[in-house]
Amino acid sequence: MINKQVANVQEALKGVANNMTFMLGGFGLSGIPENAIAELVKLGVNGLTCISNNAGVDDFGLGLLLQQKQIKKMISSYVGENDEFERQMLSGELDVELIPQGTLAERCRAAQAGFPAIYTPAGYGTEVAEGKETREFDGKMYVLEHAFKADFAFIKAWKGDAAGNLIFKGTARNFNPNMCGAAKITVAEVEELVPLGSLDPNQIHIPGIFVQRIFQGEKYEKRIEQRTVRQRS
Amino acid sequence: MLDKTGIAKRIAKEVKDGYYVNLGIGIPTLVANYVREDIEVEFQSENGVLGMGPFPFEGEEDADVINAGKQTITTLPGASFFDSALSFSMIRGKHVDLTILGAMEVAENGDIANWKIPGKMVKGMGGAMDLVASAENIIVAMMHTNKAGESKLLKRCSLPLTGVGCVKKIVTNLAVVEVTNQGFKLLERAPGVSVDDIKKATEGHLIVEGNIPEMNL
Repeated sequence: MINKQVANVQEALKGVANNMTFMLGGFGLSGIPENAIAELVKLGVNGLTCISNNAGVDDFGLGLLLQQKQIKKMISSYVGENDEFERQMLSGELDVELIPQGTLAERCRAAQAGFPAIYTPAGYGTEVAEGKETREFDGKMYVLEHAFKADFAFIKAWKGDAAGNLIFKGTARNFNPNMCGAAKITVAEVEELVPLGSLDPNQIHIPGIFVQRIFQGEKYEKRIEQRTVRQRS
Repeated sequence: MLDKTGIAKRIAKEVKDGYYVNLGIGIPTLVANYVREDIEVEFQSENGVLGMGPFPFEGEEDADVINAGKQTITTLPGASFFDSALSFSMIRGKHVDLTILGAMEVAENGDIANWKIPGKMVKGMGGAMDLVASAENIIVAMMHTNKAGESKLLKRCSLPLTGVGCVKKIVTNLAVVEVTNQGFKLLERAPGVSVDDIKKATEGHLIVEGNIPEMNL
């Protein structure tokens, strides 16, 4: 077994520096790397480019990094629900690149899988395709989209072991598996770091080869963004 | 004239047995409430779930189980979770049978605009561009006119596009319209709405052939 376990978040984030590009898993506030984000706030690194489907809310998730003006550029598919984000975007402090959600996922996966670029029909004929190479396959038009290049990928999983094997839970999975191995260094934080050998190899979602560092996360808040319920009849 | 619930009820009749369906936010979400109970349908949400069920009972919400609107949901027997790339493989790979989404404008050639109003805060396209670029069967749920009373069924979209030539059918508060090579073809009228009312509210080319039946809800 190649040991990927590190003692804590401080050790896991060794090497992060100003002006780096990060991938961060999560959809809304579900499955976000809470511990890594909190540590990035503490470290105060800035000039960051963040690839993440959303930008958190004002006081949680990536919103915490926005509050400290640590982010220079966001690459996302949807960025509502965040007043500070809107303020920085409109004032020009924050550069924002909006891309289709499936394209975001596939540009991560391409980086993970060793493809330099992929063709997708999403965005053809819209401003998303402006300045990009297009090509016809079987009578339909596609847009060339390049694999992301990132320094760190910050991943949140449900369970993991010292070998870096990961299992995700529910829709907290989202972009997390697609970002594993898509950056120079993949850091996974888990709710439960379990003893080696206790995960069934048949049930692993992401094999440890895609993960460089894994640690036991702490104090997960797992905030719910839109609490919707039905009445008991 | 229909209200939003009426539009959802009419669209629900388009959902067939064995369909995998992706529902957008807003009126499309309501469609799930009116699908016939004697057919089997699975709802997909692009954040990574197939087999969505109703909202949870109070106290049973799970932060790890949400839909693309970030609402807490439940799953039904036979449901599955998956990553975002696989989710869009279902969409891009045409495995999802029907996509229902809202729009700000639709053009008579099937172009759709639903993500950006220049000069206003832009929140992003989310999965809309992937959905409209790939789905074979796209139904738009929207009001026939905007708040200023202007038609949303146009010759050409004025807003930035989400996708080109992709919308197949539109269900509004006034009508059911099919998008054809020749333009908007009127299929049905909403209860109490005349063909003339629909013509007046449609800027794009409206094809009216023969007797136009009233919707059967």
